[in-house]
Amino acid sequence: MTRLQLKTQQIWQNRFFILTAIKMDFKSRFSRSLFGSVWAILNPLVMVAIYAFILSKIMQAKLPGIESSYAYPIYLISGIIGWTLFTEVISRSLMVFIENGHYLKKLAFPRSNLIFIVLGASLINSGIFILASIAIFLILNFYPSSSLLWLIPLEILTALFALGIGISCGVLNVFLRDIGQVVPIILQLLFWLTPIVYTINIIPQDVQYLLELNPVFDIINMYHDVLAYQTAPSMQSMAKLGLMTLIANIIGLTLYRKAHNQIVEEL
Amino acid sequence: MSILQLSSVSKAYIEYPNFRHRFLSWFGRQNPRLKKHLILDNINLSVEQGEAIAFVGQNGAGKSTLLKLITGILAPSTGNIQVNGKISAILELGMGFDANFSGAENARNTLSIMGYHPEQIELAIPEIKAFSEIGDYFEQPMRIYSSGMQMRVAFAVATTFQPEILIIDEALSVGDAYFQHKSFDRIRELQKQGTTLLIVSHDKQAIQSICNRAILLDQGSIKKEGSPVEVMDYYNALIVAKSHEDIVLKPTEEGKLQTISGNHKAQITEVKLYNSQGIETQDLQVGELASLHIQVEVLQPIKQLVCGFMLKERLGQVIYGTNTWFTEQVLTDVTEPQRINYQIQFAARLGVGSYSCTLALTGGATHLQENYHWIDLALVFKVLNINKTEFIGTNWLEPKFIIQRD
Repeated sequence: MTRLQLKTQQIWQNRFFILTAIKMDFKSRFSRSLFGSVWAILNPLVMVAIYAFILSKIMQAKLPGIESSYAYPIYLISGIIGWTLFTEVISRSLMVFIENGHYLKKLAFPRSNLIFIVLGASLINSGIFILASIAIFLILNFYPSSSLLWLIPLEILTALFALGIGISCGVLNVFLRDIGQVVPIILQLLFWLTPIVYTINIIPQDVQYLLELNPVFDIINMYHDVLAYQTAPSMQSMAKLGLMTLIANIIGLTLYRKAHNQIVEEL
Repeated sequence: MSILQLSSVSKAYIEYPNFRHRFLSWFGRQNPRLKKHLILDNINLSVEQGEAIAFVGQNGAGKSTLLKLITGILAPSTGNIQVNGKISAILELGMGFDANFSGAENARNTLSIMGYHPEQIELAIPEIKAFSEIGDYFEQPMRIYSSGMQMRVAFAVATTFQPEILIIDEALSVGDAYFQHKSFDRIRELQKQGTTLLIVSHDKQAIQSICNRAILLDQGSIKKEGSPVEVMDYYNALIVAKSHEDIVLKPTEEGKLQTISGNHKAQITEVKLYNSQGIETQDLQVGELASLHIQVEVLQPIKQLVCGFMLKERLGQVIYGTNTWFTEQVLTDVTEPQRINYQIQFAARLGVGSYSCTLALTGGATHLQENYHWIDLALVFKVLNINKTEFIGTNWLEPKFIIQRD
């Protein structure tokens, strides 16, 4: 049996744990709250509502390519769906070893389970958010097209790309807790360096190329394409994301391989 | 095939002064001048299925680290560990419980991490609840549990499915007397079904009654390995060992190993047991008045001299022990050279069996302050029942049954 087969088998054997853990993850986040998982959707929706109300005055103009008088909120929601998934996976992976320290220190189990829990929980959250967003689109008389199907590979690649970055930071964070403080700041900066609440054309032409260096730029563009502009994403961007995902995960995996024996000792 | 095999296992922690050193070490740039803490040094151990092994040793001897390596939570720095069975482990008093979840939820979580099927787990939950006997607390968040209650749930979870190897680090001493009895009963039951047991404990009685082998760890290496009685006696001596003391292991006539320690400022030179007729003997009758004669040679001036004796049954459990500190017969400012004779008279209110006598010359209430001479197995005698009612156990209580029929 190859290593890959062995690994797959191991994951299959642990599927119940991964599922239970995802369930417990939801439960623990809302264990002492009245409205439970409603908060999971409410949080990003409030963010959208705030931007929509505050910025809609500035951005009242119709966005070219979106056939709706609510073009701006639709554009905003599309971008935030992608951004929320990206940051959720990173923030969770950043803390995954530290938060699960009590398990890592007391029980022997395949550590890769934790990564699947992060992926699973984030993707389910994102799925709920997408469903809620589609409901809002329908209320706004905006009917999503079949381009929506592109969301599936897009979500998976985005989550995996974020996972590669997140695991690298998560491993380093065990030994160097500053990482846990720095990453949220960087994410904050990145949010404003990505056209999510604004459109690219408000940026002077000669500096636009700088924004395009931002790896999240392409991802969010694809979410705009698929959800707001209802077209297929650019294949070039998709391939680029695939490549970045591969590189990020090779780095993450290498760091993990080198450091994993020291992780439990340091927790 | 052994169920557990450790070959030249070592574990060292390297002290990285900063992150850069650690980072470089991941990519093979180990700075040889970094400070290394060797926790375990070249451990070789082979455990057969069904064995019960106790690890003893002082704090920091490496016991917990060794169990973590065996469990697979830590990886050895060098060497190889081979485990051929499913392990269930209670390490450092817990099984990774989350204080925000209830006992039931934590039990489910932990068992599912251990790889059990949800249906199996649901079947086990009522059993875990019943065994832990914490009532309605089982559905309450663990943050309101006492440490004893947490321990009860942990033990119930760890043993609900029969593990091939059960590892318990210290945990047994947390519960109350009732639960300790209950846990030991379950451990014995598991043992009968073939579970291999590895425990860390400071409870000498528990070790001697459950384990077939004890391993003494000292500063990261196996200092001594053998029968629990032998190892515990040696460990006892090691606790007080100072630079000017020596510990000698001497085989007795029956082939047992006896531990002798002390700084020899005073020495026991002769031990004799007399029966009620004043005849030297190695056999006493139940309830017979006996007398133990001990001859002590003082070799250096001693401020305080205390003489103690202790009777142990065949498995090494202490039946009785006291010393002249507690009887307020301490000899003070003893000069050398001098010969002192102690006579200890006692009634052998003991059950049928073989008993050993441990003798000690110390400077105070315990041998921890100053230990002049300590001899385990100084004398072995048998108790025979010739003219008393048939009974079992180690104590002769001489009961009277009063029976009334209405």
